[in-house]
Amino acid sequence: MSMNSYVMLSAVLFSIGAVGVLTRRNAIVAFMSVEMMLNAANLAFVAFAKANGDLTGQVVAFFVMVVAAAEVVVGLAIIMAIFRSRHSASIDDVSLLKY
Amino acid sequence: MQIHMQEVAALATASGVSSMAWLLIALPLAGATILLVGGRRTNAWGHYFAVLMALATFVVAVILLTDMLGKAPEQRGVVISLWDWIAVGSFHVPVALQLDQLSLSFVLLITSVGSLIHIYSLGYMEHDENRRKFFAYLNFFFAAMLTLVLANNYLLLYVGWEGVGLASYLLIGFWQHKPSAATAAKKAFIANRVGDVGLSLAIMMMFTLVGTVTFAGVSAAAPKVSDHWLTLIGLALLLAACGKSAQFPLQSWLLDAMEGPTPVSALIHAATMVTAGVYLIARSHAIFDLAPNAQHAVIFIGGITLLMGAIIGTAKDDIKKALAGSTMSQIGYMILGTGLGPVGYVFALFHLITHGFFKAGMFLGAGSVMHGMHDSVDMRRYGALRKSMIITYITFGLGYLAILGIPPFAGFWSKDEIIKAAFDKSIFVGLITLIGAGVTAFYMTRMMAMTFFGKARWEDDVHPHESPLTMTVPMMILAVGSAFGGMALLFLGNIETWLEPVVGFQEATNAPSAAILMPSTILIVLIGAYIGFRKYALQEVPVPAPVNVSWATVAARKDLYGDAINEAVLMRPGQWLTRTLVFFDSRFVDGVVNGSAGLIGVIASVMRRLQNGFARSYALTMLIGAGLLVAVALLVRMS
Repeated sequence: MSMNSYVMLSAVLFSIGAVGVLTRRNAIVAFMSVEMMLNAANLAFVAFAKANGDLTGQVVAFFVMVVAAAEVVVGLAIIMAIFRSRHSASIDDVSLLKY
Repeated sequence: MQIHMQEVAALATASGVSSMAWLLIALPLAGATILLVGGRRTNAWGHYFAVLMALATFVVAVILLTDMLGKAPEQRGVVISLWDWIAVGSFHVPVALQLDQLSLSFVLLITSVGSLIHIYSLGYMEHDENRRKFFAYLNFFFAAMLTLVLANNYLLLYVGWEGVGLASYLLIGFWQHKPSAATAAKKAFIANRVGDVGLSLAIMMMFTLVGTVTFAGVSAAAPKVSDHWLTLIGLALLLAACGKSAQFPLQSWLLDAMEGPTPVSALIHAATMVTAGVYLIARSHAIFDLAPNAQHAVIFIGGITLLMGAIIGTAKDDIKKALAGSTMSQIGYMILGTGLGPVGYVFALFHLITHGFFKAGMFLGAGSVMHGMHDSVDMRRYGALRKSMIITYITFGLGYLAILGIPPFAGFWSKDEIIKAAFDKSIFVGLITLIGAGVTAFYMTRMMAMTFFGKARWEDDVHPHESPLTMTVPMMILAVGSAFGGMALLFLGNIETWLEPVVGFQEATNAPSAAILMPSTILIVLIGAYIGFRKYALQEVPVPAPVNVSWATVAARKDLYGDAINEAVLMRPGQWLTRTLVFFDSRFVDGVVNGSAGLIGVIASVMRRLQNGFARSYALTMLIGAGLLVAVALLVRMS
């Protein structure tokens, strides 16, 4: 498979994720979309690493996974806590921290 | 360091009796400190203690005089080094006293007249609730004035110079509950400050050009300094002298300074402090001798002031202000004398000493009259006091004869010599001094006649009486000095040879001979006195001051518009400048500061709407930002 396919797939996945984040109100879905964007970036990293014969991109992909895992732990815990207190998972409802 | 060594070599270091000269400053300073720090606990005996300190200083001065008389004239000048004040590299300022014929003459004048005035104040200030403070200030003045005349360098002189300025301020405003006294004190302080700028400029120029500020060092190096710098230094010193000695154009404070208690007027504003300018010029004679232009300026200022003071003296009804005008005029004579160079120095200083006696005596006499007249100073309310105040009348009269220059009283010897030296310079300068002598005779006769002759014009509840002995005894002693001091100094003291080693002396050779000059001076004096006597003793003196008077009288009553000129030239432009600056500050500077703060506030209140709390709008912002960054990166790469 040529590089084009990987990059295209990565771009499509990233766009789906970005649109998901911007349009969906449910916090869990928005969260999933963020994960999808991260993985799209991972795919691009790995693909370019393979094409260039360089391990740096692969290493960065591992870092991204670690960060994503940590982020999931903290993010889900926050979503759970908010849901418990406000009985809602909509991110538009938690807009108290503003001007 | 080299210069420093030279200076010390020029004058012998003091040994024996003369090394106790520091006591002259230490004793009154201790008196002032004890009285001020001791506070009310010293109320009961403080004034006696201050008088004791003053007398002790006088005793020390007399001991120093006997010691000096025992030495050869060339060895009389000594330096008493106390400690190093400033030592930076090659620049040295020692705290050292220079005891020579010039400084000792001043020390004797200050301590003798000052002690008498201390004693007089015992009577004059007897009922004042702040008597202790008054005596503390008098002692402080003593210490400062003696520092001024004993210093061996300009910087230490400056310390004394400022000290007497402070003492003058405190004592003019001694009755500070009177607004006029408080204002007069401030006026004197500010006018003196202008003069002080001159002195500090002179010191800075000396330091820059010569590298030392000791009198000996500056005198030795003066011939090496270029002419225009010497002229500048001379003019700066003249400015300083104008401030301290109330010379034109800084003369206006002296008349207001009469708000202070009369002993203060006698001591500070007649006999000693106001003559410090003459001392400064005589002490700096090495500079003036080499700067003829500066000397001309000195003569000019002295001549103007001697006429101004005399003219103001003719129109004042306030006895103290008339005397103050006279003081200005007499100091004008001295300043003019110092401007004449070696022909005049000795006689300017001679006149300074005799003037110290007769003018202090007359001020004390004026104080005595006021004491008996319910503190009234209006001469139009005096008259015929010679019967009820016989001692005051005689002592004041002797001072009067002395200032007129009637032989053989003190002023005759000193003033005539200045007139002679002035004719030696030029006929024009000589005529000014001659006219001044005539006007002096007129206003002094007017004062004498309005106070002691004519009819009694007293207010109804006034019963004049002679003052207590504490006041009259000092007056008598000063009157003896006014009568015989001139002769004693000239014939017993040989004032010319006494002062010659310090300031130099030269006979006046161009002047007309004494056989012409002396009779003409006396004639002019007698004419002035006759006019004054006819107008104010033989004719009735109207009690309210006449209103329909010539423009000249109006001008003289208003101090020849000295205050008006100060207000027009200095005060109003100053006020205008400050108002403009305040306007600029509040409108422009504050406008820029407040405007920029307001602008940022407006921008912030709009911008903060972006912080709307919706996570998705933040995400969109981030996406757009990231997109822009990528776009920029791509554009940069393509170009």
